[in-house]
Amino acid sequence: MKPKFGVVVFPGSNCDYDAYYSLKKVLHYNTEFIWHKEKDLKGSDVIILPGGFSYGDYLRTGAIARFSPVMDSVFSFAENGGIVIGICNGFQILLEIGLLPGVMLQNESLKFVCKDQYLLVENESTIFTNKIGKKVIKIPIKHGEGNYYADAETLKEIEGNNQVIFKYSSKEGKVEKKFNPNGSLNNIAGICNRKKNVMGLMPHPENACDPILGKTDGALIFKSVIENFTN
Amino acid sequence: MFKATVIVKRRPKILDPQGKAVEQGAKLLGFNNVRQTRIGKYIEFFVDTDDKNLAEKEVKEYSEKLLSNPIMEDFEYSITEVNVSGESK
Repeated sequence: MKPKFGVVVFPGSNCDYDAYYSLKKVLHYNTEFIWHKEKDLKGSDVIILPGGFSYGDYLRTGAIARFSPVMDSVFSFAENGGIVIGICNGFQILLEIGLLPGVMLQNESLKFVCKDQYLLVENESTIFTNKIGKKVIKIPIKHGEGNYYADAETLKEIEGNNQVIFKYSSKEGKVEKKFNPNGSLNNIAGICNRKKNVMGLMPHPENACDPILGKTDGALIFKSVIENFTN
Repeated sequence: MFKATVIVKRRPKILDPQGKAVEQGAKLLGFNNVRQTRIGKYIEFFVDTDDKNLAEKEVKEYSEKLLSNPIMEDFEYSITEVNVSGESK
């Protein structure tokens, strides 16, 4: 079986081609675009909700995209155990639709951040991370609203269930306020749902796959998912 | 027809970086007594029905499902009956 990635394209997505390029041309995975008005997920095994500014980020990030026709199918797919990865704006859409808990606020600094960022792999036993093979990875971030927030009870629950997958850290994997680029709660950079088949993360793994860019740690996340599939 | 106005406010305990930044501007202008600036959203629209209950129900659901996110925002709304050109009856 050759697993297939489906990259959803919303009006205003701008990392859809980056994801498609990295998955198909760099990593040579079976990959197809899915227009947001389609209901058919084209037999995808992994759905990617890409980064960007779907619907211009009006009202709140992801607030309108979550009502796109394709999201009904993505929601049922996820509820039935299908693997969904929401990157940046895709993460925000997963929060708005309720597949992941919490919300995203503007960065504490009010600045758009765009830089390479070290991440501590907090939970190494998910399908997204169990084949990464290292504790700290370097992946770029580029967002204005990545300040993850959840109420105290929700935070306790996601931490207790090991749903926090990545945390902003130093190169050595130290998690401290000074390594937090956006003010997110407890340096949270990526989380998953309770069943651990839906992940949202602010960093962009698709921008760290092609060796020509000087970093390839992002590929480790996609490889991890694929290896879990094929084994 | 009804005219609806909805105000969406960030819940009191949620950080409002935009409000904080604007308040820095207030300080620069010398408004030293200004405190706790919070920025919300004001939304207005018409509901094309003569049934007040239905209008109210739609305004409420629209506010709950799309215009606000209950995790971080509260909303309040008001509706007034208007004629076709949007003037109060």
